[in-house]
Amino acid sequence: MTVISMNSVHTPAAPQDGVQPMVSFRDVRKSFGALEVLKGIDLDVMPGQVAALIGRSGSGKSTALRCINGLEKINGGELTVCGRNLRARDFELRELRKEVGIVFQSYNLFPHLTVEQNVTLAPRKVNGLDASESRALAAEVLEQVGLSDKASSYPEQLSGGQQQRVAIARSLAMRPKLMLFDEVTSALDPELTGEVLRVIGKLAAGGMTMVLVTHEMAFARQVADLVVYMHQGRVWEAGKGTMLDDPQTVELRQFVGSGL
Amino acid sequence: MLGVSLDQYGFLVQGAFWTVVLSLMGFVGGTIVGLPVALARISGGWFLCRASSLYVQFVQGIPLPVIMFVVYFGVSIYGFDVNALVAAAIAMTLYSSAYLGEIWKGCIQAVPKTQWEAGECLALTNLQRFIYIILPQALRIAVPPTVGFLVQIVKNTSYSVVIGFFDLTYSAKILNNATFKPFVIFTAAALIYFAICFPLSRYARRFELRLHRRHA
Ligand SMILES: Nc1ncnc2c1ncn2[C@@H]1O[C@H](COP(=O)(O)OP(=O)(O)O)[C@@H](O)[C@H]1O
Ligand SMILES: [Mg+2]
Repeated sequence: MTVISMNSVHTPAAPQDGVQPMVSFRDVRKSFGALEVLKGIDLDVMPGQVAALIGRSGSGKSTALRCINGLEKINGGELTVCGRNLRARDFELRELRKEVGIVFQSYNLFPHLTVEQNVTLAPRKVNGLDASESRALAAEVLEQVGLSDKASSYPEQLSGGQQQRVAIARSLAMRPKLMLFDEVTSALDPELTGEVLRVIGKLAAGGMTMVLVTHEMAFARQVADLVVYMHQGRVWEAGKGTMLDDPQTVELRQFVGSGL
Repeated sequence: MLGVSLDQYGFLVQGAFWTVVLSLMGFVGGTIVGLPVALARISGGWFLCRASSLYVQFVQGIPLPVIMFVVYFGVSIYGFDVNALVAAAIAMTLYSSAYLGEIWKGCIQAVPKTQWEAGECLALTNLQRFIYIILPQALRIAVPPTVGFLVQIVKNTSYSVVIGFFDLTYSAKILNNATFKPFVIFTAAALIYFAICFPLSRYARRFELRLHRRHA
C-alpha cells in the first residue's frame, strides 16, 4: 500500500517564489478523543486555485475543511490560512473568519430573516456597513448568485437550490479571500444541483480561491486545479483532474470505479 | 341572581382584579429573574450553571403554599411589615422564575446548533449571535409554552389565600361565609378563572399550530 504524499505528485500551480499559499497543511493531525481522524495532512492551496477534496464518507474531508476556518482545532502539525498560523499564540479566530467563507450541505440560513437580512447581517454587525451600503452589497451578491428578485423572501419560501445560493451569497457578502464548500449539493434534488454548481464554477472562473468537498466527480474534474483524494485520514493521492483517469493507487481506482 | 346580589358579584370581580394584578406581578417578576436563570444555564460557567440549576430544583421542590408562608412570615420576622400582596408577589416571582427559567432554557436549546455555527463562521461575536440569531428564534418557540404557563400562574395565585391575600378565591370564601351559597359562589369564581385562562390557552394553542404549519 503506497501513500503518495503531496510532494511526490505534480501540483498544478507549483508554489512560485514570493507567493505564499492561501492554505498550507503541514503534517496536520486531528483527533476526536481516541479516534485520530487526520493522520498527518500535507496540502497547499495557492491563491486563485480551486482544490477539490474527494474520498469515501468518513475519510476526514469535512474535518480537514473545518480545520481551515478553525471550527475544529488541530492537535498537531502546522496549519496556515491567509497568512495566519492557526496555532500561533496571537492567532485571532474572528479575524480569520472575516476572510474565510464557508458553505455547508444544510444551508443553515437564518429562518427568521429575509434573504437580504441574511446576507447583510454580518456585513452590518461585523464590518459596520450602514443601511444603504448593505442594500447595495446585497443587490450585488444576490445578482452574483442569480437571486436578485428574492431579496425580500424568507428562506422557507425558496427551493433548496435557491437557499444554497443564498448561503453562498451570504458568505460572499463578507468579501472573503477564501471560500470553503462542504458537499453543498448533497442535500439537493438532482435537478437543483446544476444551478448551485454553476454559481461555484463562475466564482472559480472569477479567480476565487476555494476548497470544496464534493461527490460530483465530473464537476471536480472540470473546475478543480487540484484534486485531493483522501483515504483514512490521509492525502492518498493528489494531482490534476486527469489523475482520476489514471489512478496510481488501488484505493482511488476502486473509488473512481465505484461511481461515487 | 340565584340568591346572590349584583353587589356581591361585584365583590367577586374585585377579587378577580387582584388575581390579575398578582398574576402580572408574578409574570413580570418571573421574567426578570427567570431570564438570567435560563441564560446562566446556557452560557454561564460551571458555577453559574450549577447555581441556577440548584435554584430551579430547590424552588420546584417546594409546594407553592409553603413558599407563600415562608415569604410572608419569614420576612416579617426580620421586622419588615410585609403586606400580603408583596409577600404573594415575591412568592409568585420565585415560583414562576424557576419554571420560566427552565422553559426558556429549553427554547434556547431548541434552536439548532448549526445556527450558532453559521453565525460563528460569519465572524459574529457570541453576543451578536445570541441577540440577532438565537434569541429571535427562541422567542418564537417560547410563546406557546410561556402563554401556557401564564395559565398556571393565574390558577396558582389562588394559593395566596393561605396568607390572606384578597384575590378571587379569597373573595369567594368571604362571600360564601356571608351568604351560605357555596355552589353558586364557587361556580361563579370558577367561571371567572376560566374566563381569564381560556383565551390564554386558546392563543397558545393557535400560535403553536401556526408554528407547526410553518415548519411542516
Ligand atoms: N465532532 C466529532 N466528534 C467525533 N467524531 C467525529 C466528529 N466529526 C467527525 N468525526 C469522525 O471523524 C471521521 C471523519 O469524519 P468526516 O471528516 O466528517 O468525514 P467525511 O467528511 O470525509 O465523510 C468519521 O469517523 C467521523 O465519525
Ligand atoms: Mg463530510
